[in-house]
Amino acid sequence: MANDRLALTAHLLRRAGFGATRDELEAYAARPYEEVVDELVHPERMPEIDEDVLRRYYPHLGANQDNPNSWNGRWFYRMVNSKRPLEEKMALFWHHVFATGWTKSEHTPTMVDHVEMLRTNGLGNFRSLLLGISRDPAMIYWLDNNENHARSINENYGREILELFSMGIGNYTETDIKNVARAFTGWTFEQPIPLYPFGHFKSHFVYKPEDHDEGEKTFLGETGNFNGEDIIDIIARQEATARFVSRHLYNFFVADEAQVPAWSVQEPVDPEAIATLVKAYVDSDADMRTVMTVLFNSDFFKAARYQRVKCPAEFIAGVIKLSGTHRDVQPGLVAFDSASRVMGQTLMDPPTVEGWHTGKEWVDGGTLTERINFAVSQVMDVTKPGPQAMIRKLSDFGRPLKPEEVVDSVLDFVGPLEVRPETREALVELAATGGDLRFGSDDERQKSEERVGRLLTLTVASREYQFA
Amino acid sequence: MAALTRQEGRHHMATNGHTNGHAAKKKEPVLVVVQLSGGNDFMNTVIPFTEGIYYDQRPLVAVPEKNVLPFTDTLAFHPAAKPLLDMYQAGNVAIVQGIGYENSSRSHFRAMDIWHTCEPLKIATEGWLAKVVKLIDPDDTNPLTAVSFGRGLPRALAAPGVTATSVDNLDNYGLLNSIEVAERRAEDLQFFKRMYTPAIGTGIVLDYLSQTGNGVLTGAEMLQEAPKRYTSTVEYPSNSIGKSLRDVARVHTANLGTRIFYTQHGGYDYHAQEVPSHTRLLGELTTSLSAFMQDLREHDAADNVTVLVFTEFGRRIKDNGSGTDHGSGGGAFIIGDNVQGGLYSEYPSLEPSQWLNGEDLRHTFDFRGVYATLLEQWMGIDAPAIVGGTYEQLQPFKPATVGV
Repeated sequence: MANDRLALTAHLLRRAGFGATRDELEAYAARPYEEVVDELVHPERMPEIDEDVLRRYYPHLGANQDNPNSWNGRWFYRMVNSKRPLEEKMALFWHHVFATGWTKSEHTPTMVDHVEMLRTNGLGNFRSLLLGISRDPAMIYWLDNNENHARSINENYGREILELFSMGIGNYTETDIKNVARAFTGWTFEQPIPLYPFGHFKSHFVYKPEDHDEGEKTFLGETGNFNGEDIIDIIARQEATARFVSRHLYNFFVADEAQVPAWSVQEPVDPEAIATLVKAYVDSDADMRTVMTVLFNSDFFKAARYQRVKCPAEFIAGVIKLSGTHRDVQPGLVAFDSASRVMGQTLMDPPTVEGWHTGKEWVDGGTLTERINFAVSQVMDVTKPGPQAMIRKLSDFGRPLKPEEVVDSVLDFVGPLEVRPETREALVELAATGGDLRFGSDDERQKSEERVGRLLTLTVASREYQFA
Repeated sequence: MAALTRQEGRHHMATNGHTNGHAAKKKEPVLVVVQLSGGNDFMNTVIPFTEGIYYDQRPLVAVPEKNVLPFTDTLAFHPAAKPLLDMYQAGNVAIVQGIGYENSSRSHFRAMDIWHTCEPLKIATEGWLAKVVKLIDPDDTNPLTAVSFGRGLPRALAAPGVTATSVDNLDNYGLLNSIEVAERRAEDLQFFKRMYTPAIGTGIVLDYLSQTGNGVLTGAEMLQEAPKRYTSTVEYPSNSIGKSLRDVARVHTANLGTRIFYTQHGGYDYHAQEVPSHTRLLGELTTSLSAFMQDLREHDAADNVTVLVFTEFGRRIKDNGSGTDHGSGGGAFIIGDNVQGGLYSEYPSLEPSQWLNGEDLRHTFDFRGVYATLLEQWMGIDAPAIVGGTYEQLQPFKPATVGV
């Protein structure tokens, strides 16, 4: 029973956060599940992460430094160490939905602000999120709304806010798109300090009434002299929006779903779950904190263990937690950005406005190789705190351990991870290579540590470890 | 003004059902796909430089007549595409004008899906090239039958039961590469292999992981050889597509049985700042393609390679004051030493009454007909099951080549 609670709490923390060290997990699991959920959806109750030391170690985090790698390293540090894991997870979730990329602007401060906006509003009302991204300089530049003028519209943002950010294809017409674009004319940004010679400073939103189309617009059957806020208001109360957001939430937090373009023709894998989330959205008038509370407390969520392929960011942050490193500030965070990149997910730089393809599509021969090689390289050194904690757990038995016991303990420590028989058999055979595990003499201890290291290495290379 | 270029160049077109020869060939035909992601602006790649309407509609992004590189009386390449002009003049480039399909999607995601699956009307999960892999290697014996370079496997190469290899860094490809002691690595790879044993009833994704893991093991062993065997005097430009095409050359010349190569060149979505972006991209692309063909010839490895360059859609006829929005009626290029260079199909009409939706180029040739052409006339594979029906084909290959 106690183990069930532990497994369920571990599941919650993989989804609402980036996993947990054993100590963290045991502390959370000692409390009622609903209480843990309540704390997670109220990040403001927990202290903010202290970044003073981080900034001393990583001078590129200065205001005018245009180096996205360091900022992504900082994001990994926050994923691993924040006492508000869901705040970081929601930011990552909305980053998947409102996919905005660095490549086009090459303007890091603006992208950092963009992610900060997602962090701040992530559990707020969906309207404030839509308003936030519509006024966000990184988004405005990414989808050319600064080129969307009263006299000549650029419909890029008008199209994507409907197709990719709120309702999904099939719920509006091409005319609706044009009218949304007209409503967002004049929404642009300014760069207060010239780029040269001072470097990259933040941009900010400006509304230019003289460049706004004041004509009458019809959108989804409603007519008026709409501005962007009116459009957002209409969008946010559409059932199509509730449904679209719910499917995104399901895919990111519950279980892998078909990709976004299929949603207009393909039913959800669990229609009842979507209906529950839609109802929570509608009843709460688009309050994301309420929707997330319903989601995490639902039976469909609790039953969905290991039903999602981890995205690279989750995978990397989880491996760092397992290795027990980077709990305080050390060099090396920037390498996680590179690792994520070669696994197919460059934070702050999704490949297109459609965001990343998720689930099974994270994995192909190349990315599987990168994932496995990364995980192995991080945990193979048994002197790291994570492997040491596990070795301590095994030696604390105070008696020789049979190969099966060793494997089951390792799997429990890593997850608890549920594995297929063929995986367990291979691990048991590896565990048996030196007979029972003993920690008596120094020589025995050294060999045992080495063997546990190998087991851990193979465990994180397993198929099952790819899932959250 | 209407039907421009109809009188230009050669028009090679045949209906499906040409003879499929079976002449024995030593080398198996290889297809190299170059995907231009974001929607390449065909009108600014192959430019109708004598058309007033081109200049009227595109006050900002039109290439001035004095700068273009004419190759017929009415058509010219973008000035940055000089290497393409050279290849065209050498007779190695077939330009497929006005490629597209009915109700062209303006969504990148959806449009790319359609090109990758040949399914414009419903969501399909099997890629067209994955189906080709399944036909070429039904027992899944060679994980390198199809190799994609760059991040992530394109949907065109994805289908249940099909192994395709995706390589980012050819020089360090392989599993558990941080285990330094070779014997221990080899031993651990054996345990790894056992963990990845395919078993009945494990579920789709676990099965897929087994297959992928095993494919990597086999593919990595084979790929280790490629960089060791390759030397070349050709220098590729240092950009992403140059690097990818060099990797294609390294693997192709190693003779590992690869029949399909896939590469991508991104950044073509220039709603804004089109002029500098497109110039840079076309320069990168065409110099890389030219180096690639030269490299293959140096290795006597060009005669069994055909390159297809495609993009998900063309762009709007009228510019938006800075760039162009998503449109339709794009263009593709078929390149190779067996290609009969020239113009194929028809340039979409610039006549306003002919515009699609009042603002787009109307496609003149179905993309599935281009795929069918490559499959049947180059790869020697029946197309209908792969492209979903029978489509009009081109005849872009030299007669001696047809029916590989």
